[in-house]
Amino acid sequence: MERLPSRLRRYVAAIRAVAVLTVLLGLVYPLVTTGVAQALFDDHADGSLVLAGGREVGSALIGQSFTGPDGEPVRKYFQSRPSAAGYDPTATGASNLGPEDVVDTLPTPGEEGRQSLLTQVCARSKAVGELEGVSGARPYCTPDGVGAVLKVFPGRAVSVNQPCPATPFTASYRGLKVECATPGEDYAAGRTVPVRGAAGPPAVPADAVTASGSGLDPHISVAYARLQAARVAGERGLDRAAVERLIDQHTTGRALGFMGEPAVNVLELNLALDRS
Amino acid sequence: MSATAAGALFVVSLVVALALVHRPLGDYMHRVYTGARHNAAERVLYRLLGVRADAEQGWAVYARSLLAFSLVSLLVVYGLQRLQDRLPLSLGMEPVTDHIAWNTAVSFVTNTNWQAYSGESTMGHLVQMAALAVQNFVSASVGMAVAVALVRGFARRKAETIGNFWVDLVRGCVRILLPIAFAGALVLVSGGLVQNFAAPHEVTTLTGGVQHITGGPVASQEVIKELGTNGGGFYNANSSHPFENATSWTNWFEIFLILLIPFALPRTFGRMVGQLRQGRAILAVMGVLALAGVVLTNVFELSGDATVPQAAGAALEGKELRFGVSGSATFAAATTLTSTGAVNSFHDSYTPLGGMMPLVNMMLGEVAPGGVGAGLYGMLVLAVITVFVAGLMVGRTPEYLGKKIGAREIKLASLYFLVTPMLVLTGTALAMGSAEQRAGMLNSGPHGLTEVLYAFTSASNNNGSAFAGLTVSTPWYDVALGLCMILGRFLSIILVLALAGSLARQSSVPEGAGTLPTHRPQFVGLVVGVTVVLVALTFLPALALGPLAEGLS
Repeated sequence: MERLPSRLRRYVAAIRAVAVLTVLLGLVYPLVTTGVAQALFDDHADGSLVLAGGREVGSALIGQSFTGPDGEPVRKYFQSRPSAAGYDPTATGASNLGPEDVVDTLPTPGEEGRQSLLTQVCARSKAVGELEGVSGARPYCTPDGVGAVLKVFPGRAVSVNQPCPATPFTASYRGLKVECATPGEDYAAGRTVPVRGAAGPPAVPADAVTASGSGLDPHISVAYARLQAARVAGERGLDRAAVERLIDQHTTGRALGFMGEPAVNVLELNLALDRS
Repeated sequence: MSATAAGALFVVSLVVALALVHRPLGDYMHRVYTGARHNAAERVLYRLLGVRADAEQGWAVYARSLLAFSLVSLLVVYGLQRLQDRLPLSLGMEPVTDHIAWNTAVSFVTNTNWQAYSGESTMGHLVQMAALAVQNFVSASVGMAVAVALVRGFARRKAETIGNFWVDLVRGCVRILLPIAFAGALVLVSGGLVQNFAAPHEVTTLTGGVQHITGGPVASQEVIKELGTNGGGFYNANSSHPFENATSWTNWFEIFLILLIPFALPRTFGRMVGQLRQGRAILAVMGVLALAGVVLTNVFELSGDATVPQAAGAALEGKELRFGVSGSATFAAATTLTSTGAVNSFHDSYTPLGGMMPLVNMMLGEVAPGGVGAGLYGMLVLAVITVFVAGLMVGRTPEYLGKKIGAREIKLASLYFLVTPMLVLTGTALAMGSAEQRAGMLNSGPHGLTEVLYAFTSASNNNGSAFAGLTVSTPWYDVALGLCMILGRFLSIILVLALAGSLARQSSVPEGAGTLPTHRPQFVGLVVGVTVVLVALTFLPALALGPLAEGLS
């Protein structure tokens, strides 16, 4: 070593350093950690798997969709939040749509179109409202479940998410007659005006109409669980109070009283219902 | 308790915990970097490396050793990804494509840990732990080494050397990062994180669907990802994934890990220069800026001031219910105030002003408290600039910690400050100038510009968090962002080490009546002011066209 030129010596040391540290930090450290973790907390380390009737039905930490083969909610189960990943742990992620993503691309023959985040929220709210028998109305949403958004031009206003022949959610805007939208027409030049409307506080909670970060959120809010209790109780011929007691049992409060938000684990709640 | 009160307590408890541990940890790190003795395990390592542990290096040799080590690391991480299919534990994954492998290798070696890849569908277990997690350790240790070298420059008198890179690298890994990582990993597993070598395994869900439950050595990687302010996730969803961040208290613990070392290093600095009050002043600057960042992000997100959050009733899109809005906003602030870039919620869906805060945090240069090591050296450079500016204003000789800030020092400090804005603004301009690159934006209008600006800010500052909407897995973005990461990291490091060398050579000037005291609240205020003014002057035009235009329209 000492006889090599100093630059070469430096690179030999660098190669050796990478090799030695890779063995120590890349192999020994994770292997020892795995060994100890498996010895102390094997259930957690293996993914908190949940059994029902002797077979594995999922993980207590990973959400599932409780829908049938047709994609419709199975009525006897509590439903999870919307997911941008379809609850697939091999393709996790969020929608990444922005807070002012309010204009849809309407489908035309040959083009699929794209729903804005606002329309997704409105459509989910309407669907949940219908499923639970409550109003799905919310601010900035039309009665037919899309974003209430106008594109305003000089002398002209278009309800841009409502394709003709739909009736626009409002007849006029500042003296302009509001038209329905023609799919394929370019409205980009108009000024975007979301319209709040008269809807009060919505009956459908926020977590029921928004997708999570991971796409695997195992929880719903206590409010969303209570909203679903009547349907689930009716479907199963159970007393509503009994279902609400189960909700309470599967609600995790804030850790130490102040960390995070109270949440209901949907898979565990549904399993408890199946057992009762 | 209301969500706001709980969120406030969450932040207060973090402040208290960090206040309690920063002293013992800072003192411990001081002993690690200044102790003369090598323990038995380290002597074995030095023999295996073939380096003389007692030989001190001048700044140029120190820098060359650091660059040699990083270059070899880059090639090894690239090679392991490209040969993935021939390695054990690959889970049948294909070799990673060349431009993603390049981007990922650069990103992990520079402590950026930008995720151009999707963990669960691209990387097998061996690449994750032997390529990526190893860099999580060593790139963090390199950052601390550079910070310590700069502090030695202040502490030494008429010295030609600033330490030994190999010793600083090994000690940082073995004595600081490894023990905390091992204990922290077990804490995280107890909270529900997975730690196994299983392949995705199929289960039939309650309604008869199929789900693949993934496995992997996740906890051991998660802990160093936060502790080393790295941020590249085991899974695509990063720390929002329940297997990476299972409960509301693991969320607290992960934020604590992110802030742990960066907030303890000012204490180490104070000890090394023999004046604890100087360390306290630097800590105060970091604390003021950090608290402002955390509080503002929380306020903007909790107010939910934008059309979609108003329609939904809360800014919950892209956020996990167990963390809530506040637990997500605090994480977002912590991850961008440091150079971590891990995310537990998706910033692209934040309110316009809430989403601007992570961007502003990064633009501050990640000095409050900044990445491990990188935060301290960035802040010390800002302190040098402040001393110079203050000297100009009142006609005092600029000096800091008994060292004259002469022409050479101020040139190096100014160049250091200019590196990132140059990369960010040039990169964004090039991307916006080409229709092909603009097509990568998911959202249009000001929000689309924010996506691109965010990407270049994140890469050049070695943060690695993403606004995520932008499609960056194209050859152009992979190469451009890769270059930003390399230059943002190593140009800065070379300038800092040169500054260290130049300071170490000086003798000490005695404190006189004309010396600006650098431990008083006045100086803390000055550094905060200089930081904010410099950043505002540089980035306000770009911010005005992006998040401000969106938020105020």
